[in-house]
Amino acid sequence: MQDPQAQIVVENVTMAYGDFVIQTDLNFTVNTGDIFIIMGGSGCGKSTLLKSMIGLKAPAKGDVFYHGESFWASDKTQRDVMKRRFGTTFQAGALWSSMTLAENIGLALRQYTDLSDEEIREVAAYKLMLVGLAGFEDYYPNEISGGMMKRAGLARAMALDPEILFFDEPSAGLDPISAKLLDDLILELRDSLGTTIVVVTHELASIFAIGNNSVFLDPVTRTQLATGDPRELRDSHENLLVRNFLQRGMAESSTT
Amino acid sequence: MTEAFLKSDPTGSNELAVTMSGDWLLSSNLPGVEPVLEQLRQLPGLTTVSFDAGGLGKWDTGLLIALIAIRHSASERDIEFDDADLPEGARRLLTLAHAVKEREGARRHVTRKRFFERVGETVLETWDHGRQLLAFTGELVLSFGRFFRGSATYLRSDLVQHIQEAGAQALPIVSIISFLIGMIFAFVGVMQLNMFGAGIYTANLVAVAMVREMAPIMTAIIMAGRTGAAYAAQIGTMKVNEEIDALKTLGMEPVDFLVTPRVIALVLMMPLLTMYSSLMGIIGGLAVGVVMLDISMVQYVVQTVDAVGLNSLFGGLFKSIIYGSLVALAGCQQGMACGNSAMAVGQSTTKAVVMGIVLIVVSASVLTVIYINLGI
Repeated sequence: MQDPQAQIVVENVTMAYGDFVIQTDLNFTVNTGDIFIIMGGSGCGKSTLLKSMIGLKAPAKGDVFYHGESFWASDKTQRDVMKRRFGTTFQAGALWSSMTLAENIGLALRQYTDLSDEEIREVAAYKLMLVGLAGFEDYYPNEISGGMMKRAGLARAMALDPEILFFDEPSAGLDPISAKLLDDLILELRDSLGTTIVVVTHELASIFAIGNNSVFLDPVTRTQLATGDPRELRDSHENLLVRNFLQRGMAESSTT
Repeated sequence: MTEAFLKSDPTGSNELAVTMSGDWLLSSNLPGVEPVLEQLRQLPGLTTVSFDAGGLGKWDTGLLIALIAIRHSASERDIEFDDADLPEGARRLLTLAHAVKEREGARRHVTRKRFFERVGETVLETWDHGRQLLAFTGELVLSFGRFFRGSATYLRSDLVQHIQEAGAQALPIVSIISFLIGMIFAFVGVMQLNMFGAGIYTANLVAVAMVREMAPIMTAIIMAGRTGAAYAAQIGTMKVNEEIDALKTLGMEPVDFLVTPRVIALVLMMPLLTMYSSLMGIIGGLAVGVVMLDISMVQYVVQTVDAVGLNSLFGGLFKSIIYGSLVALAGCQQGMACGNSAMAVGQSTTKAVVMGIVLIVVSASVLTVIYINLGI
């Protein structure tokens, strides 16, 4: 029923907090090797959609499929197994503050692999090197800067060599250079590890630098307005709202 | 500085001319716009409201709110708002303020609830809280099962740290409070019992009171304020920082990782702290007894040993375990139920302490009744 390239399929998802509906009828497909952008104005439910995809919040309706396997219809044990195939980095890093960076990265390894303590430490050191934090194994999260915390959070998300990496607003609160470095890192991870990447963001620079597929959520109509390559959407999408968003409000009212 | 001045006259048949002059500053005494609004409402056939702002001096938000009120009232009656003579800056600010239309349904209507409505809501809320606590207790029991089967994820170093925080680090405050409570009891005992020439029984009073009731209760209350509050704040902050979400996305149980080690630490440490508290109380009593009564230290100790049986000791220790688990439960439950803001962490912490103390006192009453019936 689904094409083999499809890694994540979101089908008819409706999200709501109690009676308050945030988004309805979301349908899109993330292919293997995509850098998929979830974009839209503030408060349109981007982060909530991410939560529904990683298992933090059940959608009110619909389901998410990973390799054709239903996520929300599975029982909790199956879902926990599926969750290990993805890594998530949170807006502010969300590192466990009582643990050093090495311990943060090592926790999942300790839980789900049979590696010895030394091997775990080596893996942690290697993941920190990948994100440019070599030598910071024994620092606590409150001893490093915000940008470093995000990168350490990425190292933790990569601990189990996930097939899919989810990013919640990776460049929010970073200076332009750090944001650019993080974008480069994301591209590099996709190219060298073949990881599929899903990014929630509204930073235009990032969207065009890394994204090759996307979905656009609209807070007013409460559904998706567009899905596809963000550059194509910017240049030729029929909906003015979408073009306006992607052109920083400079779109003209007729399609050229 | 010249005083702000406002005047409005109908000119011709369908225009209202508003004259504004002087300094329109919030800090000065501004004339009300109500007369203008009144004219906008009353005069028939108005089509335009225009301004003469030639004599206007300095102005700030004070001018703008007057203009917005007039503009609002004018637009409600389809009267044209002619801003040609207003200062350039004020015109642009007015345009900016009206650039984004008010979102439909965004304005909140504050309604005052009736007394009975509020009472009803509070009752429902309390009922809800009770159910949450029960559900949390259930989760905790399952988590304990996993802990003792060895399938729970937690850090041993975390457990050791919690034990240290809930144990050794609580010694100083437990010492001071217990010692003073022992002294207070001894003072009361000496004053009252000496009237019957039974001053020596002060030792019994202090020992029995401390071992059976006061040491468990006082230690539990200290721990509610100290450790229960800390648990709520720690877990609540982790929730705000999405650290708990991070655990969940890895398929780990936050209860196993955060709650069970804390509960175990406190439950293990409470009996030890309680025994220590009893000892400190008895020493406090001894100090007072030896000074105020004409007895030796040995006499006091012998009297104490006679007064307290093993029943009393175990009774007290059992109580302390119950209180400890309730304090830990309240702290952790409030932490896990914390909202997503800094204010919510503060509220959870407060609730954790209040709930902890209420649970202690209620269970103390229940236990005392049970003990009396069992004859312990």
